[in-house]
Amino acid sequence: MSLTRRSLLAATATATALAVPAIGRAAGAAIRIGEINSYTAVPAFTLPYRNGWQLAVAEINAAGGVLGRPIEVISRDDAGKPADAIRLGGELLNEQKVDLLAGGFLSNVGLALSDFARQNRILYVAGEPLADALVWEKGNRFCFRLRPSTYMQAAMLVPEAAKLGVKRWATVAPNYEYGTSSVRWFRQLLAAAQPGVEFVAEQWPALGKIDAGATAAALAEAKPDAIFNVTFGGDLTSFVRQGNTRGLFEKRSVVSVLTGEPEYLDPLGEEAPEGWIVTGYPVTSDTAPDNARFVAAYKGKFNELPKMGSVVGYTLIHAIAAGITKAGDTATDAMIDRGFPGTSFPSPFGAAMWRALDHQSTLGTFVGRTALRDGRGTMVDWHYVSGADALPPDAQVRTMRPA
Amino acid sequence: MTVLAAEGLRRSFAGVAAVRGVSFAVAAGEMLALIGPNGAGKSTCFNMLSGQLRPDGGRVRLDGRDITGLAPRRIWRLGVGRTFQITATFASMTVRENVQMALLSHRHDIWRMWCAARTRHVAAAMALLDPLGLAAQADVAAGVLAYGDLKRLELAMALANEPRLLLMDEPTAGMAPAERSALMRLVRAHAAVRGIAVLFTEHDMDIVFGTADRILVLHQGSVIATGDGAAIRADARVREVYLGSGETSGGH
Amino acid sequence: MTVLVVQLLTGIAGASALFLVAAGLTVIFGVTRVVNFSHGSLTMLGAYVAWSVVTRLPHTPAGFALGVILAALALAVLGAGLEVVLLRRLYRAPELLQLLATFGVVLIVQDTTQAIWGAEDLPLARPHWMRSFVAIGTERFPFYDLVLIAAGPLVLGALWLLLHRTRFGTLVRAATQDRDMVAALGVDQRVLFTAVFALGAGLAGLGGALALPDGSANLQIDLSVITDAFVVVVVGGLGSLPGAYLASLLIGVLQALGILLIPKLTLVIAFAVMAAVLVLRPQGLLGGTASTPRESAAPPLVRPAAPVLRAAGLALLAALIAAPLVVGPFALTVLGEALTALLFAASLHFMMGPGGMPSFGHAAWFGLGAYGAALAVHALAWPLPAALVAAPLVAGAAALAFGGFVVRLSGVYLAMLTLAFAQIVWAVALQWSDLTGGDDGILGLWPRGILARPHAFYWLTLGVAVAATLLLRRALYAPFGYALRGARDSTLRAEAIGLPTARLRLVAFAIAGAAAGLSGGLSAFAKGSVFPTYVAIGRSVDALLMVLLGGVQTMTGPIVGALAYTGLYDTLLLVTSAWRLVLGLAVVALVLAFPQGIAGAAQRLWRGRMA
Repeated sequence: MSLTRRSLLAATATATALAVPAIGRAAGAAIRIGEINSYTAVPAFTLPYRNGWQLAVAEINAAGGVLGRPIEVISRDDAGKPADAIRLGGELLNEQKVDLLAGGFLSNVGLALSDFARQNRILYVAGEPLADALVWEKGNRFCFRLRPSTYMQAAMLVPEAAKLGVKRWATVAPNYEYGTSSVRWFRQLLAAAQPGVEFVAEQWPALGKIDAGATAAALAEAKPDAIFNVTFGGDLTSFVRQGNTRGLFEKRSVVSVLTGEPEYLDPLGEEAPEGWIVTGYPVTSDTAPDNARFVAAYKGKFNELPKMGSVVGYTLIHAIAAGITKAGDTATDAMIDRGFPGTSFPSPFGAAMWRALDHQSTLGTFVGRTALRDGRGTMVDWHYVSGADALPPDAQVRTMRPA
Repeated sequence: MTVLAAEGLRRSFAGVAAVRGVSFAVAAGEMLALIGPNGAGKSTCFNMLSGQLRPDGGRVRLDGRDITGLAPRRIWRLGVGRTFQITATFASMTVRENVQMALLSHRHDIWRMWCAARTRHVAAAMALLDPLGLAAQADVAAGVLAYGDLKRLELAMALANEPRLLLMDEPTAGMAPAERSALMRLVRAHAAVRGIAVLFTEHDMDIVFGTADRILVLHQGSVIATGDGAAIRADARVREVYLGSGETSGGH
Repeated sequence: MTVLVVQLLTGIAGASALFLVAAGLTVIFGVTRVVNFSHGSLTMLGAYVAWSVVTRLPHTPAGFALGVILAALALAVLGAGLEVVLLRRLYRAPELLQLLATFGVVLIVQDTTQAIWGAEDLPLARPHWMRSFVAIGTERFPFYDLVLIAAGPLVLGALWLLLHRTRFGTLVRAATQDRDMVAALGVDQRVLFTAVFALGAGLAGLGGALALPDGSANLQIDLSVITDAFVVVVVGGLGSLPGAYLASLLIGVLQALGILLIPKLTLVIAFAVMAAVLVLRPQGLLGGTASTPRESAAPPLVRPAAPVLRAAGLALLAALIAAPLVVGPFALTVLGEALTALLFAASLHFMMGPGGMPSFGHAAWFGLGAYGAALAVHALAWPLPAALVAAPLVAGAAALAFGGFVVRLSGVYLAMLTLAFAQIVWAVALQWSDLTGGDDGILGLWPRGILARPHAFYWLTLGVAVAATLLLRRALYAPFGYALRGARDSTLRAEAIGLPTARLRLVAFAIAGAAAGLSGGLSAFAKGSVFPTYVAIGRSVDALLMVLLGGVQTMTGPIVGALAYTGLYDTLLLVTSAWRLVLGLAVVALVLAFPQGIAGAAQRLWRGRMA
């Protein structure tokens, strides 16, 4: 029995004991979670995520459910298009009568669902989308978000970047909102942490179509001391290969967002770079007892190691369960006003909570350095950074969030 | 009264002169045939008159007005109808609709977006098709017509413009011999009654000599003879050109 | 200075990679006139097959070369199979129908590839020789890039020899010029086409395999490669191999040098080059004068709807009006979307069917309308009805301004120029964040007041979409529509009877743009948001699919196609995770069963019964 599950069981037992006899409701109507994600558009990321939430659902139901009711996830594929996500949100809400919506990988899908949730007064718990706007500029009371955002990822990396003490920086990021805001935050926060830094070059490859050789050569030409990278997926693989061959990363520090996550590190294979400062997830490292149990359970069920998406999917369901348990009800207002804000939930990274201020969770991530072990990339010298330590001051958050 | 006047038309392709200084005139009601062996420059001449080709030099005048280098559609607006050596009609329309289309254009109706086109100018279209023997085929798709019928359809479309000048490039190609002279008699009648100037090219010398008021012979881009049938028949150079080039009268 | 040399060489290496993929596409198009949308899928499969083969062979240059050749051969076999099973049946179908069929193949290949090789990217482990470099001054230049630089001209040369020194090549060249001539020579066209497809697919596989060491085999290759390949083929001139190489060089080098100067331009360089080339040289760099279009049956007559069809239409309309009283809110949303799609499809049909102007970038107008309406509400605080008026005006004005360049072209060139414009609009939507919100889009556009009620907004959608579609239809039956169709049937004849063909086409283009914009405006309010995906290629493809599925040469085609496609797509997305596979198979089956489109087939059946 895991700590996670025991504490959850305890919470559930308390809640149900107060309400009705547990037996009477355990077989009661399921709590229905409408889940939407880009399963066909970005399968490499969403399939481990699906495994993660399936594991959590199995765990929770085996332990008696939430409020004595089983939870049921009705899952939909948005094909990577916000317009489809909105239609499916309507289907889940009106046809499937779900109690809340969850999911999302792409930022624009997350934002579309958040806006849909506000319009239709239903709770939406975003798992993976990183856009800051989701809880800040375009935040609303119906939307909560689990993962550390673009800002938080940058904020987690900046202290390490500042420690390098180098002056000339270059940036490379995909040419769309995620890339531009990552670079914007990184520049802003680093300039504050280390006055006098210079950004001497920037490259903006098209997402999925990086001209890696030319990009690497253009970056090298600026002779930076360090590089801040935001590219990921296939672009990252190409960029790393060209950079390795051309010696771009030699005698240069690289700070890279998300690259320590197995989703992005594994495909680099034996060419995974060494010594990059990254955010990510050292899956098999001895990070926390909860993680070891999670990894073991995940391996037991799916016969493979979990990825970051697995953690997100798994934690998403547990975090929702915690919120519902606290609310004692699946009414939207109850969940939003009483259930989620301030409620802590278990995760493989340790306990985190839903902030009342902006509905961002304090789930953090690991910051460390990449290394090669047995021909595979991995993360070393890592430390966990709680989301709570990577967020701007409350006063600043209040100014960013619409009233 | 001169309707069409060509003055010193010249045109070359990639440095090779196709038409070198051709001048002639066609009067109202007159039928002028333009003949010559293959490659003599007939089609080039025609295309310069109707605006498909811009001449390198020379002038084209219609009723005294300089129309050199005008686009075909402007030349049509000035009262010129033409038929093509290789017919060009609207395949996705019926025979009647093809003529209606020409009438719609002639009457400045084409920018209307509300009324149903099929119901416009039906009577006028039938009046043009009937004498050409196409009334029975009015509802047949132009795309499936026999070649000779297409030629007649083109004539109907050209006449829809109430033209001052009719330009016909091999109007009877693909028709049976009996049909050919019938068609040309009809053109002749139209030309006479309405005072239309007609310029046509033709391979069938029986038609040429039987229909034309005057004949103009082109050879290697130049006019080598003009005159009525008898004069042309008697012209030594013409005989030399036709015999020398191996061309004979008759169809192809 | 060194950096310029290195960047130039990098650009040439990139150009080679581009050319290898584009070469197959241009060969296939040149001979068969098939717009092979699945060419990117063949490239992707080439990469996967090469990965499977090369990882099992010795990690030597010879082992790699053998693997690449085997991958190319495997794809050649697959290409031949594709031609025999699918495309052979479609040569006499209306132009661009193969596009629809090969799009079905794209969907099928996506799901199949994922099933075979998994969702994760598969990087090829690079042995030492692949990682080595040569020094150029102080810079390092990858040795493998030198291999690519050599591969482009080598393949070009080999193809030249094949085309100029063999009987097969002579036939291919003859067929590129004039297909009927080949038939007249007594050559079995079918064998020739199968062989050409095998050659093209083999080249696609070769391109995919040779690109492997620079990245990985992954599921994004197909769509990321196909647009670039089309751009290269069109810039070079359809069917011209030297043209394709020249275009690859132009685009590859400009891209490499461009990002030195303006790094943000990466989204549009290739499309900007294409737009510039097409404006200056409508036939591409080395394209000959347009060879005779593929022979297909003459477009059918356009008749008014038969009474029974009219009655069916009225019954459908009555049912749609009454729908809110019967069905739930979700069904209402789906119906509303189908109606919006219907107008979108009708707008494309307007220019593509009777107008004879196919578009690969119709999403430009849809997106401009959506953003126009969104900004009217968001930035100018206009009420919804005013914003809905603004949508078609913005899109129509843009179409009018841009259309002048478009209407001078024809066929695939025309379609690709519209794509270039759509990609430029897309890049602006993505990059002008202050105005458009970038990738995060514009949110909070939900209808307010009485229109916030689902019923009310549905009826508004129904009214606007049906009225606009009927107006388009009316215009097609009016003299304007006849004149437009005349300009399509025979430009020569149209001009000779005084029709200003360019102006007719321009006005039709602007009307189609405006109608698409109106559809986009409706969509913005139905979804409460707009995103750059509204202008993305996928949206343009949707419009094409609907029109072709319904039947481009019928008047009811877009209506039938829009309803069939949205119905199929929406349903499959709900019921199966393998929706791409099923949708792909359905599209292929529909194309084979109804090469004239669903409405076209129904029409034939109907007329057959009447005759």
